[in-house]
Amino acid sequence: MAKTESTFKNMVLSLTLISLISSASLGFVYEFTKKPIEVANLNKKLNAIKQVVPDFTNNPNDEMFRLPTGDGDSLDIYPAKKDDIIIGYAVNTFTSKGFSGNISLMAGFKPDGTIINITVLEQKETPGLGTKMTEPEFKNQFNDKNPAEFELKVKKDGGPVDAITAATISSRAFCDAVTKAYNTLQKGGLK
Amino acid sequence: MNQLQNLTKGLLKENPILVLVLGTCPTLATTSSSLNGMGMGIATTFVLIGSNVVISLLANVIPDKVRIPSFIVIIASFVTIVDLVMQAYVPDLYKTLGIFIPLIVVNCIVLGRAEAYASKNPVLSSFIDGLGMGLGFTVALGILGAFREIVGSGSIFGHKFIEGDGILVFILAPGAFMALGYLIALVNKIKKT
Repeated sequence: MAKTESTFKNMVLSLTLISLISSASLGFVYEFTKKPIEVANLNKKLNAIKQVVPDFTNNPNDEMFRLPTGDGDSLDIYPAKKDDIIIGYAVNTFTSKGFSGNISLMAGFKPDGTIINITVLEQKETPGLGTKMTEPEFKNQFNDKNPAEFELKVKKDGGPVDAITAATISSRAFCDAVTKAYNTLQKGGLK
Repeated sequence: MNQLQNLTKGLLKENPILVLVLGTCPTLATTSSSLNGMGMGIATTFVLIGSNVVISLLANVIPDKVRIPSFIVIIASFVTIVDLVMQAYVPDLYKTLGIFIPLIVVNCIVLGRAEAYASKNPVLSSFIDGLGMGLGFTVALGILGAFREIVGSGSIFGHKFIEGDGILVFILAPGAFMALGYLIALVNKIKKT
């Protein structure tokens, strides 16, 4: 086949056709992957909730509600129920005080405000330093502590929290996110 | 050149990373662990094969003056397909690679192969060229990632074999430059002998 000449008509036609076919096939792939993407996202969320609150029998995702933090934002709260009795709340909390970018956490609280467990959903901290917040060594020190007595402050700021070596800012940000979750729950009257 | 040479040239003789030194941005950024590096390599391989085949099929239809925009549209479509599929089926890897999946569009290797090879050669050769180049890219990224993971965090494919921390600098950006530099030096040495 001879090479198509670079006339104006040919150029417009070929570009239009290529774009058309491309967008059509993309539309098809989008439709095809839409469901699996939703399922993957939901599973990720449910897994995080499972890690931070004890066994529940309801579907926390269906009963999700939002509570205002008091400074113009709001947090997603997932109530965990066992036989219709509330046994805990998973709070999707975040902070913008991280060393680089937002940090997003899922924090589980008992109805009395005691922290059950925390898991990190998203962070962009320095690899090898701030990223240690995802490791049990750091984050498990919050487990079974009630922020009412256990002040969420690193040792440098006069609190009891053991900061990650060389990542005080990331540790502070972590505390800030947990504090936000705790305060929001308290303000919402969910003790 | 027969097809076997065509396939293997990407591994050593014309390795996109270690010899041509193309596409170093994703190389340096995504090789903080062996799994990330190989994931990135496989995603790029798919795009390379897809775009090479389609471009070689359409090479005669596309007028010369609009070939670059046409190539980019085709490459971008394949990248978006990879992006969506990875998001659906390997969400964890997708999250770690993050922005570098969409950025395959501007990876020099992909456009470079389209322009330098696929637009001038038949479909089968272009397919093999894409596969070979992709494999070379994957292997280079895998080696680089494995090295940085072993030295930097004392683990391989996520399995820790040394307690505690490794040499932190190798996980960070400067370590990527150092590791890549030594790897290229080593390959040059091997090629000379």
